Amino acid sequence: MPLLEVAGARKQYGKLTALDGVNLSVEAGQFHGLIGPNGSGKTTLLKCIAGAESADAGSIAFLGNDITRMTPTGRSRSGIRLKFQITSIFPGLTVYDNLLLAVQAGSSMLDLIRSASRRGLHAQVLDSLERFRLAARKDHPAGILSHGEQQWLEIAMALALEPKLLLLDEPTAGMSPEERRVTGELLAPVRGTCAVLIVEHDLDFIKGICEVLTVLDQGQVLDHGTVAHIEGSQRVQEVYLTRV
Amino acid sequence: MNPADSPRAAVSAAWSRLPVILLVEIALLVAFAVLPAFLEYFWVVFATRVLILGLLALSIDLIWGYAGILCFGQALFFGAAAYTVAVIARDLGIDSIFVVLPAAILVGFALALLVGWFVLLGRLPPTPIFVALGTLTGTYVAERLALGWYFLGGQNGIPSIRPMTVAGHELQEGVEYYYLAFGILVLVYLGCRWLMRSQFGLVLAGIRQLEPRITFLGYRPQTFKMIAFVLSGGIAGLAGGLIAFHDGFVWPNLMGVVLSTQVVLYVLLGGMGTLIGGIIGAAAIELASFHLAERLPGYWPIALGLLMLLLILFRPTGILGLVVPLRERSGTFGWRGAAPRDKEADGDAAA
Repeated sequence: MPLLEVAGARKQYGKLTALDGVNLSVEAGQFHGLIGPNGSGKTTLLKCIAGAESADAGSIAFLGNDITRMTPTGRSRSGIRLKFQITSIFPGLTVYDNLLLAVQAGSSMLDLIRSASRRGLHAQVLDSLERFRLAARKDHPAGILSHGEQQWLEIAMALALEPKLLLLDEPTAGMSPEERRVTGELLAPVRGTCAVLIVEHDLDFIKGICEVLTVLDQGQVLDHGTVAHIEGSQRVQEVYLTRV
Repeated sequence: MNPADSPRAAVSAAWSRLPVILLVEIALLVAFAVLPAFLEYFWVVFATRVLILGLLALSIDLIWGYAGILCFGQALFFGAAAYTVAVIARDLGIDSIFVVLPAAILVGFALALLVGWFVLLGRLPPTPIFVALGTLTGTYVAERLALGWYFLGGQNGIPSIRPMTVAGHELQEGVEYYYLAFGILVLVYLGCRWLMRSQFGLVLAGIRQLEPRITFLGYRPQTFKMIAFVLSGGIAGLAGGLIAFHDGFVWPNLMGVVLSTQVVLYVLLGGMGTLIGGIIGAAAIELASFHLAERLPGYWPIALGLLMLLLILFRPTGILGLVVPLRERSGTFGWRGAAPRDKEADGDAAA
């Protein structure tokens, strides 16, 4: 059974059809790339999976359970985490507090009111900051981090509660080549334990870390398969790869 | 360039600065604790009102400054609680502090639950305008109801409320009541301070900064807002119970639009998101109103309005914004263990 199964997802914005019967299946622990030209529906699909948007038709199943009508909070609690295309950290809080906020989401309301879990989570927050190269910046407000560091912080926050599926919307947008390389390195350790669905325009980056690619075009799946298969696909060459 | 002038060193130095709010809090605590020794009776009564209105302002800052809920109806909880204890004292002859103040808190809780259910949970997600107008409508309706209901005394309100008692002893306005209000304000303040610096407070800070994002971390922002709102209603109710027995009468203005707006201005003037700011704002506005009313009879509301307008335009962070760095307003939530952070910060500052 796949970890995530999207069947016949449709999404309409007025007269514009963003998703037109998309089927997608992601296996547990798999790094899955989602590519396609601008406006092909990649971000909409990611938002529908995370619950930021609701699909007009079709179904989404996660771990065998239908989550089509579940709230974003419910989906997050069941193990799906989203990193937005536009960096969405809490700029006025320190880097440490940003990560604590993500880590303590698993604590009960009573524990949060009594601050009972703070001490226990301290080591986990520091470990995560260390891993994502943010330890030296932990007491700075997140808003003054560089763009790349903010992206890493957001990925660290998304991975904080060991999700089963991480949705990354253009994680390397605006990054230098060196920052992109580091981002790939930072993601590598979760391979096998957490599936990652990545929307990305940087084909070199995505080919370097994903095992499977799905190509979208005008709201439909154009092709699906291994990196080698997609690179050799005539249809993809015609519609997408030659255009970028 | 001198390393101490680098942006990084400047940031570190700012971060390791003494907490200014704490100094302000201690100074005010000491000042209010010894104030009655230096004041005449009239000013002790005046200061008691400031303390009670400061408690009301604290309840607004809790939800506005920390949870991002702009409530224009806080006087509803305040006034309804004042009326409730006045009716209890008038019709049931009950004036024990151990009954009337818990009753006032309960009225605040219950009404905040009702209003919060409508404005915070009734529409998902509620816009700030919807919440502001929803609460404003609540306070307007309550004021009209009190004005027109004979049982509540209509526009005259309920006069001659007997004094509150502690084990049979009557608490008269003056020094006794001052210290009662002061003690309650300190206790509630410490409770709010503790809660806002807890992990719960961190979630509220996250909601205030970027509410849509917090949902994707697995939180239900509405639940957190509702808890803060109901707590704030209880505090406003407590303040209402205190004002009823202090003034000895209640009238419709206590739950009206004017007072609701005035309390928001207390917080705005003092500095929102600081807790202590509302109390400073209450003292400043009440003092300014009193002196302006003496010097500019007939014109003082205009003068006060102009002062407020200038302040909002040029000092939106309030009086405390003059001395408190932005960092302190958002608070520090993380437990720093053996404080390696302090060593680093000190090292940077020394460099």
